[in-house]
Amino acid sequence: MSSQVPLAKQVRKVLVGDHAVAEAVRLAKVNIVSAYPITPQTLIVERISEMIERGELRADYVRVESEFAALATVYGAAAGGARAFTATSSHGLFYMYEMLWWAAASRVPLVMAVVTRALGPPWNIHDEHTDILAMRDSGWIIGMAQNVQEAFDMTLTAFKISEDERVLLPVAVGLDGFILSHTAEPLDVPSQEDVDAWLPPRNPRIPYVIEPGGEAITMGNLPGNDVYHAILKKYMDESMESAKKVIAEVYDEYGKLTGRNYGPLTECYRCSDAKYLAVSMGAWSGDIMNAIDRLRNEGYSIGLLRIRYVRPFPEEDISGWINGMRGIIVFDRDYSAGMGGVLAGEINGLVPNNVSFEGVLAGLGGFDVSADEFKAIMRDFVDKTEREGLVRIRKYWYIPKIER
Amino acid sequence: MVTITELHKYGKTKFIMPGTAACPGCPLQVGMRQLAMALDGKFAMVIPAGCSSVIPGVAPYTAYTVPVLHVPFASSPAVASGLVRAVKQRGVNGPVVVWAGDGATADIGFAALSGAAYRDEDILYVMADNEAYMNTGIQASGTTSWMAWTTTSPRGKTEDKKDVALIMLMHKVPYVATASIAYPMDFIDKVRRAMQIKGFKFIHLHAPCPPGWKMDDSYTVRAARLAVETGAWILWEYNQGKLIISPPSIPYRDKSRRKPLEDYIKIQGRFAHLKPEDIKVMEEKIDRQWDLILKLAEII
Repeated sequence: MSSQVPLAKQVRKVLVGDHAVAEAVRLAKVNIVSAYPITPQTLIVERISEMIERGELRADYVRVESEFAALATVYGAAAGGARAFTATSSHGLFYMYEMLWWAAASRVPLVMAVVTRALGPPWNIHDEHTDILAMRDSGWIIGMAQNVQEAFDMTLTAFKISEDERVLLPVAVGLDGFILSHTAEPLDVPSQEDVDAWLPPRNPRIPYVIEPGGEAITMGNLPGNDVYHAILKKYMDESMESAKKVIAEVYDEYGKLTGRNYGPLTECYRCSDAKYLAVSMGAWSGDIMNAIDRLRNEGYSIGLLRIRYVRPFPEEDISGWINGMRGIIVFDRDYSAGMGGVLAGEINGLVPNNVSFEGVLAGLGGFDVSADEFKAIMRDFVDKTEREGLVRIRKYWYIPKIER
Repeated sequence: MVTITELHKYGKTKFIMPGTAACPGCPLQVGMRQLAMALDGKFAMVIPAGCSSVIPGVAPYTAYTVPVLHVPFASSPAVASGLVRAVKQRGVNGPVVVWAGDGATADIGFAALSGAAYRDEDILYVMADNEAYMNTGIQASGTTSWMAWTTTSPRGKTEDKKDVALIMLMHKVPYVATASIAYPMDFIDKVRRAMQIKGFKFIHLHAPCPPGWKMDDSYTVRAARLAVETGAWILWEYNQGKLIISPPSIPYRDKSRRKPLEDYIKIQGRFAHLKPEDIKVMEEKIDRQWDLILKLAEII
């Protein structure tokens, strides 16, 4: 992220990640919010309810009976022409699973915060990315923030991306459970006037509006031809592709407004002269950057490619950065059973056969991985490649020893 | 009360365009036309998976003349909650109606139904009850009658019919009623009275299904009327604090005026396996239901 002089008046606040998301929802002047509690997402909907009570946000707040209903309610609201938001995590996200697909293929703009968390059993409220990555085939645009500022920025920009006529897909804003959701960090918040000028109210007729007495349109009934379904998926794919461009445009404008210029789909840290590349997403990218700084001091030539958006998949960015590298090491805080790390699986195909590759599974269920540990894992990978030549390890389970 | 003369103006209005995919004798089209008459064709509809999501035919065309969101099976009360709030925020007035079958209402969508009712969302929910999962090929639902044959209850369903209307009454919503496609004036009146009220309105519409009930295509209305005339289906209305027996059911408070239950049973193939003692048990269940509703009418 580079800096420039922002156009917007900004106020520095100290907020936890969940409250930063709520702050973005307030500034986006969302019309309808549905809420069902699940840790570690609860702080978002609690803060929004306070904002509405205090009159800071004029929105309808729907206390639904489940996450399934939470997404169904904002889906109905979006179909009725409103700007709508909800938030979830882990088991709640999985309870929504059917609605995820319905919302995406209905092409209604929506924003949902996904505070990442492991799935049971056993009960585990701590951080893991498996939940948000399970959304990846459903048609949602999926981002993953690195810090509280980015969680805020990603939420605010999500509305603009989702409502763009070239996109019209729902957007999930990911932030690591507890690590971001419950950790206070300083962040810069633009003024309401500046946000209003940048983000106009939603146009209810794009893509369509269902309203009593309105045009007799129908959404979701049977297709007249079996091929319609495939055509819809192709359209969604085209939207995903144009979303890459839209995301870049939105962040370009947002950079001018706030002085914060992101990647936009990926960001590469100390990559331009690197011979090795680590790949990660989410909050622990900060620790990996720290480890990379220390490895650099020891003479290791390594950079970090941080994935900001998993969908659309930033294939071109990743391929571009991989080009000329000796080795790629991917850190996954998630696990696809029977396969391995999800990011490793997706990136593996882009890595040429003559380039070393290692997929590291770590931090599952929330255990901490320190900068020292990252440093050791990356150093071992580089040393091994330098010593033995080509290394290809699809799955490396990094699990610290525990006292029983 | 609505008059025939008043409804004559709709004589040529096609609330549902011809050429639908409905079965011959389908009660749902009958009921939906009555609903559209009651609301003068001006409403938005949310329809979960079921026969009514197939009946309008195939996209990009639709036989329904109102805006419709077709939604996942369990989601319609929640979708309607969001939709009605959105249109109100945008300053658009007019009813949002959920038109759902018994499976979507009594079973898979029950949590969402209960949630929307307890929040008192300003929607009209019509449960068109054909007493089984008809669209998937006649499987037993929570509202399938006791002893009725279905493909998943081949020897007759062992559980009783879930009384969704009474459960909704206990949600303390302002309006709950039962209705029948055989009594359009009663149903239309109920829809119109419900529409005068802000909040959650629930109508349980009895809708006999010829293929599902294994009866002749022409028996739809006959079966629906016999259900009321034998006392098996009681028409009642709860309107903001007062529960009353609806006019078409009033004579059948007196058991001696009810037609023999066999008249209703014998036209339905789904009850062909019933023994006389089963019919006796069924009669006892009906008597108990009448006792309950009449007592409720006294105290509510």
